[in-house]
Amino acid sequence: MAGGAVSNLLIAGLAALALIAGAAALLLWRRLREATALPAASDEAAEDEDGANLLAAFTDPLLVVRDRRVLIANRAARDLLGAHIEGSDVRLAIRHPAAAEHLARDEEGGAPVHIELVGLGELGRPWELVIAPLPGGSRLVRLIDQSQARAAEQMRVDFVANASHELRTPLATLIGFIETLQDEAAVDPATRQRFVGIMAGEAVRMRDLLDDLMSLSRIEADRFAAPRDTIDLRPLIEEVRDALKPFAEGRLIRIERGTGEALVAGDRSQLAQMLNNLIVNALKYGRPGSQIRVRLRDAGPDLVSLSVIDRGDGIAAAHIPRLTERFYRVDPGRSRQVGGTGLGLAIVKHIVLRHRGRLDIKSKPGVGTMVEVTLPRAIPA
Amino acid sequence: MKTSFWPQWLKRNGSGGGEDDSPGLDEELDTLRGTICEMGGLAEVAIRDAMEALVRRDHVAAAEVVRRDRKIDALEVEIERRVVEIIGRRAPTETDLRDVVAALKIAGVVERIGDYAKNIAKRVAIVEDSGMRPMSLLPEMARIAAEMVHDALDAFAARDPKKAVAVTERDVAVDDFYNSIFRSLLTHMMENPHNITPATHLLFVARSLERIGDHATNVAEMVYFAATGAYLADRHKGADTTSIGSAND
Repeated sequence: MAGGAVSNLLIAGLAALALIAGAAALLLWRRLREATALPAASDEAAEDEDGANLLAAFTDPLLVVRDRRVLIANRAARDLLGAHIEGSDVRLAIRHPAAAEHLARDEEGGAPVHIELVGLGELGRPWELVIAPLPGGSRLVRLIDQSQARAAEQMRVDFVANASHELRTPLATLIGFIETLQDEAAVDPATRQRFVGIMAGEAVRMRDLLDDLMSLSRIEADRFAAPRDTIDLRPLIEEVRDALKPFAEGRLIRIERGTGEALVAGDRSQLAQMLNNLIVNALKYGRPGSQIRVRLRDAGPDLVSLSVIDRGDGIAAAHIPRLTERFYRVDPGRSRQVGGTGLGLAIVKHIVLRHRGRLDIKSKPGVGTMVEVTLPRAIPA
Repeated sequence: MKTSFWPQWLKRNGSGGGEDDSPGLDEELDTLRGTICEMGGLAEVAIRDAMEALVRRDHVAAAEVVRRDRKIDALEVEIERRVVEIIGRRAPTETDLRDVVAALKIAGVVERIGDYAKNIAKRVAIVEDSGMRPMSLLPEMARIAAEMVHDALDAFAARDPKKAVAVTERDVAVDDFYNSIFRSLLTHMMENPHNITPATHLLFVARSLERIGDHATNVAEMVYFAATGAYLADRHKGADTTSIGSAND
């Protein structure tokens, strides 16, 4: 009715626009709009429509409730709770006891109420419900999807479980060998020697894992404290390379230093750890004997790019987004064999995050992998 | 130009219904249905909380489930009162009458569902003292039963016969769970006589869940009846291999 009248007039207005060119037409159209805007009879309906349109603009499910009845449900709410809820008792839409109790109360005003609930729409999906008073005794009910927050919480729980599991594996090996060694008669000296070797290896694994866990939590704790020292990446890379010489088994680690300066605002020990992890990964997963390239490059006026490139089997694209997850392993057997903790890239990611940098991993299966870190340059004092 | 930012519905007095203060039949029916949903919401939460209390051995939460059951009972009384009033004063016919009758019956069934949840909660303390962990199958069975109740109530709120039919089809899954839990608890009891007492309690929990599934099916059947006026054909029952007869509650 009102909408039809408006659109008729709009069409008339548009026809006029086509006939009369330029400013004259615009003026007429505007006049027509003004004429239709405020006839007394359709006033309330139009304003109600405005209210519904306002709510429709929100993607959170929203309800306006008065006297226990749903006056308006926006599209998101109707999608979630069903089209029948508009105009009906609010308990048909939300039957959770805590919500029903608060919505049944009729007193005006008051502070917004927050309620955590599960089981709207799909069972088990968590929501936060906010009931806020509106003028005139109505209430605005807003539903906020909490699945993301819950997922983050679940990740933390999983992390503790994973970490304990990772520590348990070497521990179980240790205990097994200790028990065997306790029975002295059963073990000849050569075997004993071999066992002690394995035990030492497992003990080192546990220490590495604990070291990585601790540095991860330290880096995370500093996450929002931007590092302030000015670090030159060129000597740092050389330093890390020299420290890794015994580990490289004669393989060449070539440094391409680029031309310009490579000064970044950074934390020296964290950047060294980052380089160490990246180069160690390249050594572990590159083909035996192949060379590793560490490349420094300008990436614009304010950015320095550092890439570590290996030639090896590479990583399938499906794994790449998950590489920085803690304890994510493309090939668990291989990681174990080369002595990985499963935390190396997670640490790199957090160091890069703290340095306001960016981490890109590109890989071609059968060719090799390039890990690129882009860091902001130090601002000259 | 508009006089205020706030739309008119915020300023108007009274509900969106008629001009006079007394509510119409539609509105009364709507409130009745809303009250049933509130009851259903309480029953749903009761099932979930009872099972969580059982798994976590949480006495306090279990006692809370038992306490809250009184609210369900009170709502059932309220619904009965409203139904009698509506039939007496309004003499509804056809669809409305079907709605009212279905509402009365559903309220009774939901009250039973609440009772079974309470029954599960009451066993938490006993199972805890026995040192026997609730087996892993029970929470999964409870999940399906609770989902059936949830969907049956959704179907009721939306008057959706299709959704109601979908609920009745899932009852077989709950029955299958019951049979498998029954067999495995029986094995536990035969292995070690110390297991008999706790296993029996867990068996009663499984039985309660199985009944909850049946009652959710009943609700769905009544939703179907209220929405279409026709009865659902007798549903297929899962084969009862527990051979303890069918002592229907």
